[in-house]
Amino acid sequence: MNALHLKKGSSQHSAYHLKPGYGDENERRVLAVIVDNEAGVLARVIGLFSGRGYNIESLTVAEVNHSRHYSRITIVTTGTPMVLEQIKSQLGRLVPVHDVHDLTTEGPHVERELALVKVVCSDDKRVEALRMCDVFRAKVVDTTLESFVFELTGAPEKIDAFVDLMKPLGLIDLARTGVAAISRGVDAPKE
Amino acid sequence: MARDRTEEISGARIVIQALKEHGVDTVFGYPGGAVLPIYDELFLDQGIKHILVRHEQAAAHAAEGYARSTGKPGVLLVTSGPGATNAVTGLTDALMDSIPIICLSGQVPTFMIGNDAFQEADTVGITRPCTKHNWLVKDTANLAEVIHQAFHVATNGRPGPVLVDIPKDVQFATAPYKTAAQAKTSHYNPRVKGDPDAIQTVVEMIEQAERPIFYSGGGVVNSGDAASQLLRDLVNGTGFPITSTLMGLGCYPASGKNWVGMLGMHGTYEANLAMHGCDLMICVGARFDDRITGRTDAFSPNSTKVHIDIDPSSINKNIHVDVPIIGDVGHVLEHMLKIWRSRGRKTRSAEVKEWWSQIEEWKAVDCLRYKPSTETIKPQYALQRLEELTKKHDRYICTEVGQHQMWAAQFLGFEEPKRWMTSGGLGTMGYGVPSSIGVQVANPRSLVINVAGEASFMMTMQEMSTAVQYNLPVKQFILNNERLGMVRQWQELLHGERYSSSYSEALPDFVKLAEAFGCKGIKCENPADLDDAIKEMLDYDGPVIFDCLVERHENCFPMIPSGKAHNEMLLGEASTQNTIDHTGAVLV
Repeated sequence: MNALHLKKGSSQHSAYHLKPGYGDENERRVLAVIVDNEAGVLARVIGLFSGRGYNIESLTVAEVNHSRHYSRITIVTTGTPMVLEQIKSQLGRLVPVHDVHDLTTEGPHVERELALVKVVCSDDKRVEALRMCDVFRAKVVDTTLESFVFELTGAPEKIDAFVDLMKPLGLIDLARTGVAAISRGVDAPKE
Repeated sequence: MARDRTEEISGARIVIQALKEHGVDTVFGYPGGAVLPIYDELFLDQGIKHILVRHEQAAAHAAEGYARSTGKPGVLLVTSGPGATNAVTGLTDALMDSIPIICLSGQVPTFMIGNDAFQEADTVGITRPCTKHNWLVKDTANLAEVIHQAFHVATNGRPGPVLVDIPKDVQFATAPYKTAAQAKTSHYNPRVKGDPDAIQTVVEMIEQAERPIFYSGGGVVNSGDAASQLLRDLVNGTGFPITSTLMGLGCYPASGKNWVGMLGMHGTYEANLAMHGCDLMICVGARFDDRITGRTDAFSPNSTKVHIDIDPSSINKNIHVDVPIIGDVGHVLEHMLKIWRSRGRKTRSAEVKEWWSQIEEWKAVDCLRYKPSTETIKPQYALQRLEELTKKHDRYICTEVGQHQMWAAQFLGFEEPKRWMTSGGLGTMGYGVPSSIGVQVANPRSLVINVAGEASFMMTMQEMSTAVQYNLPVKQFILNNERLGMVRQWQELLHGERYSSSYSEALPDFVKLAEAFGCKGIKCENPADLDDAIKEMLDYDGPVIFDCLVERHENCFPMIPSGKAHNEMLLGEASTQNTIDHTGAVLV
């Protein structure tokens, strides 16, 4: 018996309503999360994202207050406005979390990322790589006769652009720190 | 206990002392290698009653039953490895239903952690997503402080389960005891007072509403008895109708004149239609769960929604609300009531009266009606008789999960909060038996009944041995349809009557089973004998397994099928008598 006149393949055979109730566009947000630097705190944050199906585009973490053992986690995430609000409140209710700041909506902010780029090349390409390095204000931090390691700091888009330019010149390895971000102006999170 | 504060005591002793400082009188647990030092202290101290369960899952559910029926946190003590993993279901259940329980688990010694030692498991890793917070204590000097924090976190804000993992060497090592007052204060102090402007706005809405409804939930129970009283004052004062989730039953009395019954998937017709048609919905400590809302885009389309919740992450999770108020239900209701009274207790009584006459029309549909029978016991009839014969008792009801649970919610009346223990969020079959034990331990003189299905009962029936050992007179009222009733119902309605694995074959003889456990067994299959059999159960001073053989193919109605809106509910057999269409169902 199919008392409910359900069409074949209908999701209404499910115990759950399978159509998501939101259709908004995804947005990108940069969150600064101040946490106690205790064992497992990063696992809690990451577990929250994976367990609830949220995206992480970039994540950086380091202790920023050594005397009180506070770490700052910078998370770049995407989602619909409703999901982003959930992410913030879910983060906020973790016990070791002191504060969650949405830098994207709270005002202007600066985003920076550091990249180490290894390029192996010779002759003209070597000259060209150095010229690019100059244009992007990157530093050469290691060199051999066949290779360079460039250090570059900037917004993620600048690093993307540099990486794209280095690919044809012999990019063979790349390390990026992920985004660290801070608000512009005089305001700072209370501790 | 005049101990010198600077005197060093063992970690195990610290555990006992900290539990006593927090007023713990009962611990549910099961010993094992990694918690033996703590068990030794329990033995020497004798100040805390230990209830030996037969499986650690039961320790967690019993602690939940204890917590739900008293409002105090429940405590369980389990060993490392399997002890902790067995407790996971109970911890998850407590997380979903916001029940404060504290799980103390043993762990292999710190120097063996990570070595795949005997009975080692990554307990904090496994329980991280199923606790509100957890700790691994690596130094005895921190142990007292962590236990104080554990109690603080479990009981403040939205309550929930916490776990403290204590390696065996930390239990043996010594350190001075720190009292809760000496321990450093936690920064975890969620906001309890609501935004006054938002509360003012809601009062104005109450004054203007034509078709209002209160929708209350488990948050009212968690907030404390005062919150229930305030809710009653506000509901009776305004004269607005009130419905409740499964978790919130009893906050407003079932006999109260504004009560329209439970809402949701198996809620009453009048409650769900009132939710659909209201112009003002005031959600008090509930979370717009998917069993409540049905299809979210068709949920109460024309109402202004107010949501009072202590947990900011509950706001706008499933349903967009117009006025969110983050705070403790008790505080917010008190404030709201005060403002509403000071402004002259206004409502649009003429319009509200009209709204009530509409609700009365829906009530007249009598959505809980069923076809009575003189040959077989209808499960609804069994519960009606149980209600009739026990409602004057000092009564606590537990349930398992399934059809019987929904019928119990529909046919039993709850006059007070904390009288109804059921697994709402997680839907844990096997919850009821151990939970009833926890409730009975906390309330030794009260009547504790577990309304069960035979399948759920068999998941944790080993705990009857615990009931007998501690002489806990819990009554297991089994509605035995020899089927996994709710599964069978879904298969009948949605899966072309293909009853895949929903038949309980080879059931035991429950009367003989009761005798084997050393309790009383009663079997009843004739409606005419039912009253006498129930009375026999109530008169017996000891645990009883009551095998009530009921109609096997009864379905639980009303029902809002998933993906349907509140106004598309199925009322009874009549609305399901349609042609069979053998479409394959992909998902359950």
